[in-house]
Amino acid sequence: MVAELAWLFILLPLLSFLLCVFVTRPYPRLSGYVTIAAVGATFLLALVAFWSVGNLPPDRTLESSVQWVVIGGSVLKVGLIIDSLTAVMLLVVTLISFLIQIYSQGYMAGDPGYSRYYAFMSLFTASMLGLVLANNLVLVFIFWELVGLCSYLLIGFWYQRPAAAAAAKKAFLVTRLGDLGFLSALLVAFNTTGNLDIRHLIDLAETKQLAGATLTAVGLGLFSGAVGKSAQFPLHVWLPDAMEGPTPVSALIHAATMVAAGVYLVGRTLPLFLAAPDVLLVIAVIGGLTAFMAATMGLVMTDIKRVLAYSTISQLGYMMMGLGVGGLVAGIFHLLNHAFFKALLFLAAGSIIHSVGTQDLREMGGLRRFMPVTFLTMLAGAFSLAGLPPFSGFWSKDEILLEALRFGGVGQALYILGLLTAFLTAFYTFRMVFLAFGGHYRGPAVTGDHGHDHGHGAPHESPPVMTVPLIVLAVPSVLSGFLTFGGFFGPFGEFLISRLSWHPHYEPGLDLTTMVLSAAVSILGILGAYAVYGAGWVSPEVFSSTFRSVHTLLVNRYYMDHLYNWIARRIVLGIAGLLDWVDRYGVDGVVNAIAELAVMAAGSLRLLQRGWVQFYALMVTLGIILLVAVFGFFGDIIAFLRG
Amino acid sequence: MDLTPILPEISLVGLAILVIILDLFIRRKETLLFVSVAGLIVPALLTTTLIGRTGSYLFDTVILDPYATFFKFVFLVAAALVLLASADYVDRFRLYDGEYYALILLSAAGMMLMASTRELISIYIALELATIPLAVLAGLQKDARAGEAALKYLLLAGLSSAFLLYGMAILFGLTGTTDLVGIGRGLPEAAGINRGALAMALVLLVAGLGFKISAVPFQFWAPDVYEGAPTPVTAYLSVASKMAGFALVLRFFTTAFATAAIDWPLIFAVLSVLSMTLGNIVAFVQTNIKRLLAYSSIAAAGYIMIGLASGTDLGASGLIFFLLSYAFTNLGAFIAVIAISEQIGSDDIADYAGLARRAPLLAFALTFCLVSLLGIPPTAGFAAKFYLFAGAVQQGLLWLAVIGVINSAISAYYYIKVVRAMYLLEPKTPAPVKISAPVALALFASAAGVLLVFIFAWPIIGLTEAASRSLFVR
Repeated sequence: MVAELAWLFILLPLLSFLLCVFVTRPYPRLSGYVTIAAVGATFLLALVAFWSVGNLPPDRTLESSVQWVVIGGSVLKVGLIIDSLTAVMLLVVTLISFLIQIYSQGYMAGDPGYSRYYAFMSLFTASMLGLVLANNLVLVFIFWELVGLCSYLLIGFWYQRPAAAAAAKKAFLVTRLGDLGFLSALLVAFNTTGNLDIRHLIDLAETKQLAGATLTAVGLGLFSGAVGKSAQFPLHVWLPDAMEGPTPVSALIHAATMVAAGVYLVGRTLPLFLAAPDVLLVIAVIGGLTAFMAATMGLVMTDIKRVLAYSTISQLGYMMMGLGVGGLVAGIFHLLNHAFFKALLFLAAGSIIHSVGTQDLREMGGLRRFMPVTFLTMLAGAFSLAGLPPFSGFWSKDEILLEALRFGGVGQALYILGLLTAFLTAFYTFRMVFLAFGGHYRGPAVTGDHGHDHGHGAPHESPPVMTVPLIVLAVPSVLSGFLTFGGFFGPFGEFLISRLSWHPHYEPGLDLTTMVLSAAVSILGILGAYAVYGAGWVSPEVFSSTFRSVHTLLVNRYYMDHLYNWIARRIVLGIAGLLDWVDRYGVDGVVNAIAELAVMAAGSLRLLQRGWVQFYALMVTLGIILLVAVFGFFGDIIAFLRG
Repeated sequence: MDLTPILPEISLVGLAILVIILDLFIRRKETLLFVSVAGLIVPALLTTTLIGRTGSYLFDTVILDPYATFFKFVFLVAAALVLLASADYVDRFRLYDGEYYALILLSAAGMMLMASTRELISIYIALELATIPLAVLAGLQKDARAGEAALKYLLLAGLSSAFLLYGMAILFGLTGTTDLVGIGRGLPEAAGINRGALAMALVLLVAGLGFKISAVPFQFWAPDVYEGAPTPVTAYLSVASKMAGFALVLRFFTTAFATAAIDWPLIFAVLSVLSMTLGNIVAFVQTNIKRLLAYSSIAAAGYIMIGLASGTDLGASGLIFFLLSYAFTNLGAFIAVIAISEQIGSDDIADYAGLARRAPLLAFALTFCLVSLLGIPPTAGFAAKFYLFAGAVQQGLLWLAVIGVINSAISAYYYIKVVRAMYLLEPKTPAPVKISAPVALALFASAAGVLLVFIFAWPIIGLTEAASRSLFVR
């Protein structure tokens, strides 16, 4: 019963998408309400789903399958699954989407594309929900691509701006590179097993029927899809540019939808990776590397949304690292906590941008006096991101570090890299906080008392439609970490592993050394930021001039964009030019030659069609003789005619 | 004597007579159209009662099997669509519109019989019952071109009948029976004695029946007659008459020559290549839409013969499915042409310029049908070509499938040429093109058929497989 209701998760937002496109388009506010109602309903459904899963006996899941395509004797079944992992994801996605849709009413107020915005947001939510519900990789892939499409549409929402259009294109192309791997993984897996049901694949991997090079290829392919979607090194370059979209879109992409998809996919198919330790190692190393590199870049960004973007990449790296050392619970727990505090941080940043009209940290400052609600809520998110106990980020980050330590070998190196990243994270997060809220306002519009007549006047607090979601999101940002000790259906970790189709390894427990160490680096980072940007004891220029080359490297984002541009311009366009030539003169030449030949042939063949009926009769008779000749019947027939 | 197996045909003839009689008394000629179309419900219902019945009746002259039933339905649908499409056209026949409807119905009765007999005399009678009304119909319009078309059709049909009868006579001489099953049983022995006679009979039968399906080199009549005849009659000729020809050819050869030690499928493979290639190449340079469709239908005969070239039930199933898809597609295209030429008074492709702006729906429907003829999804034509070519590959006829695909690619040029004219060129006059209700209904039904056959391809293939299997059951 509940399993069949699962289709509603997809159908409701899809319906609101259709309504926004075809019905309520001329009535923007109505489009907003329709979307909010639909997504709100899915949130209630998610609560029901969560409750139902919690009440299932252990190791049971809810599934609903339908026959999709019947080809010959083979049936392609697709369906939806609700297990503990899906139930958690459903809650996160629907709650955050719901809050963001409410908030958007304020942020997007008066935008000419208001209805279009809500239409895309509905579709985005529908696709993401479909992705986490699908029990078959084909279906996952379909929704995966829909998520990609929606992100393209929303990043490029203000398509009149060249930067937005370019960013949308970049996000689409870069993630598509990873999707190529995903698709090849599907083809290899289908070719070997003939079935892309996730549970079936997991069974095959666990019983070693799917192993060796094939499994490695499938694993690497799936992971490369996740690398693209979840913005892991080296395909992370699209995410910072994706800031060109409206800020609530960034919040949705960074918290609950797009980038969570990659982590979710790896989590959903983790047993495949556990059976292929080499691939698992790749995931852990890429994750750790991404976490660290992104954190270093976050240090030098001056655009508030870019700081947050790099922090997202870094935290996603953390999650991947957690999954890569086999910690399903740690990775997914961090996904959950991160979703809340990152949504909060983005919406708070949006509130700032909405108020001061710039994204440049250097033009902010002193905002805590103008925007107290935004300040306090953002502070909660920042503490969580920085990993300060007892805020939520602290607990999940600790679990990841602990899993890495238990993993041994490379895990120990990753443990140290993780601690280093935690320090950097705390530092850049509070660099942002101090630059935005500390000191005095440095913006241009502070001259008059109330200059509302020319654009943005003095900074002001945002309307309640924006601040209420901030407050609501601040609650889990502070508290969700405690889920590790207990929730509605027991501690988070135990709930997560209890209703899955497989049995993840999970060892609850806290390590005091790790807790002390990570709390210490977090406090150290915050203090460091205070010293430089809060109190001004040390000038930031000291660092940038002392480590000039490092600073240049970071400001230029490790020259990754330069590298891609060079590859695109020199190699891709070079090959394209060559192929263009072959197409123009080779392929087209042959086609044109055939066409001209056909015209010539037609010119002579049409001469047979003279319109004389006696000529036709003659031709028919000749045709018979021709048949006789072609089939070598002459001898037989002459013998026959002679009797 | 159990007449039920031919009750559909009898009722159809009755309907034709009724229409002629009514024509004497009724002033409003729309009534005749209504009676003819609505009257088709009677034979359709009677055919429905035959579903599931199999057997041989009336001294083995008429048989019932899924194959026959399937085609009876298809011919009734084709006749209905052609009648609807003629609604505006009959004005040109002045006094003869009653006869027009009646002749269409009579010919349909002949076609239905063609699909449901396997006895030489009955075959010949059914064939002539289908053909002679068509010759009259071709000349019903009082102008020189129509008269010429009718005369050409009649003369060449006569010639091909002569070949056919000669071929039948040899078969009878070899086996001493007019029943195709009996012939099939007797031929292996007879062929051992007189292989030359068998070869002669085969070639003459191919020539005689090749006329009906306009296979190269027996196709010469088609472009002239198609162009000269009234367009609804052309549609009828190119769809229903050709289908009937194929329905007969398929049953004839798979039954009579089933066990004969002669490679008849190879003949059809060669004719298939010739028809596809010649049809497509000559269509390249046509400027008149009716001639273009004539050559396109010659090429279609080539594709359809791929289904004969394997001589198996899988090939036959592909052939039957292709016929169904082709019926909706080609009827749709011709009905659109009828509606357009009724308004703009021209069949020149050049005059189709900018039609998309003058009649968006009409242009779209024609485009949809042309796309189906070309074989691109989401159309019946795609499903049909895919199924037919895939079947050919499975039967080891890869070379033939490859030639078919190359030909399809070539055909893109001239189909798209029409689409290009309608969508990309500037209209000479902005006047909108109107379409009358019955014609619109027929066009909509055909286009819907093209789409539905695509969507429900799998269940329909289930039907065509059943129909083709019934041919191979002894």
